[in-house]
Amino acid sequence: MIPSRFDYVAPSTLDDAVTLLREHGGEAKVLSGGQSLIPMLKLRLASPTVLVDINRIPGLDYVEERDGALHIGALAREAELERSQVVRSRYPLLADTAHVIADPIVRNSATICGNVAHGDPGNDHPATMIALGAKFVIRGASGTRTVAARDFFVGLFTTVLEPDEIVTEIVIPSPPPRSGGAYQKLERKVGDFATAAVAAQLTLDASGPCQRAGIALTNVGATPIRAASAEAYLVGKPLDATTIGEAATMAASAAEPVADRRGSEEYKRDLVRVLAARALQTAARRARGETGTREG
Amino acid sequence: MSTHTIKVTVNGQAHSAEVESRLLLVHHIRDTLRLTGTHIGCDTSHCGACTVLLDDYPVKSCTMFAVQADGHAIRTVEGLEQGGALHPVQAGFKEEHGLQCGYCTPGMMMTATALLEHNTNPTEAEIRQAISGNLCRCTGYVNIVKAIQHAAGAMRGVSAALPASSAAAKTTATA
Repeated sequence: MIPSRFDYVAPSTLDDAVTLLREHGGEAKVLSGGQSLIPMLKLRLASPTVLVDINRIPGLDYVEERDGALHIGALAREAELERSQVVRSRYPLLADTAHVIADPIVRNSATICGNVAHGDPGNDHPATMIALGAKFVIRGASGTRTVAARDFFVGLFTTVLEPDEIVTEIVIPSPPPRSGGAYQKLERKVGDFATAAVAAQLTLDASGPCQRAGIALTNVGATPIRAASAEAYLVGKPLDATTIGEAATMAASAAEPVADRRGSEEYKRDLVRVLAARALQTAARRARGETGTREG
Repeated sequence: MSTHTIKVTVNGQAHSAEVESRLLLVHHIRDTLRLTGTHIGCDTSHCGACTVLLDDYPVKSCTMFAVQADGHAIRTVEGLEQGGALHPVQAGFKEEHGLQCGYCTPGMMMTATALLEHNTNPTEAEIRQAISGNLCRCTGYVNIVKAIQHAAGAMRGVSAALPASSAAAKTTATA
């Protein structure tokens, strides 16, 4: 399969990149990892006239913890999250998520920022970023702004990004002590999009009850869905089978699945309930320090 | 539509070419450079038949433009054999019957090569995880995993440590 014709430019600075994007308006697309964009070009689901390749811009491939947050640059690859010791030990939700995205070869090219900027409800990082309380740093021709992950996704393949804007960095607040997270995904085979998936991030009080809960759902709606009522329900409660079961039921109620070849609406909603319970159980165990890193 | 002069080092040899921006890396490798060991399978980045090494890490060359490889080093299956001697990964696939039709084999071997360069003693689970983006539809994965284990042993210089079942299978295969 051959894409439609396009011009290709590879600027060496972010300023040049956003200037090029502004010049071409909605006709240009940003090429980073290319693992979503290039298949879409080949299938001719997208036919931009210009590709602005940001891979030649130096200094954007970092994953580092500083100033109380994890910073992920625009060109950091999914594989870097799997290799990063700080991610594996302190951000298990993020490590879980990277591990089930596409396959290991695709993860050598695919970028984390691209995964969120693409706005595909089947992508896995959007829900994870919402559960983690992440913020996205966005650079456009007229300046830089920061948008919370929970406010970023507008609709199917639609985000708040303007045509001349690039997600240059993801900032995830460092979890306080007694925190843990987990991502639970059901996929039909390696590399498939989720039938459904649930991201959970918990912080416990010193005395045991839940202090903060972040819960978000993948591929059961036009956007990732924050399960706000389940989050609110858990705060101040002990994390046991009863409360986790109740929160999982509330998370399932927040889902807006549609029937497709991966399953019926009813099946997917119940799957969210089961996956939410598993994610919350694992997150709670990790928050208690019972398991530090990704399992399996 | 723009065209670009690119310089890509393939299997240690520098190649300059004028390419269309939309030319996929796999077509550059196969059609421009005539290195047809790299296969095109699904053409949608699922199957891994087109896997090559880009600066020592596997990528699917059907999902990358040739122009993106400008200035980078590529390794393909043709680069494995050196001076008439099979690479240990190739020898492993031969010894353990790691292929039947051979279609997935070049991509499978490039992924295995990168794995063993970064991890000289992978567990079976690590091998299966590493090749999870390379699909085989005929040999089955059992012999492919054995082949990679064989190569790992040879590369560590401990081929004598192979399990007895492998030795038995080898005898059968060569009988």
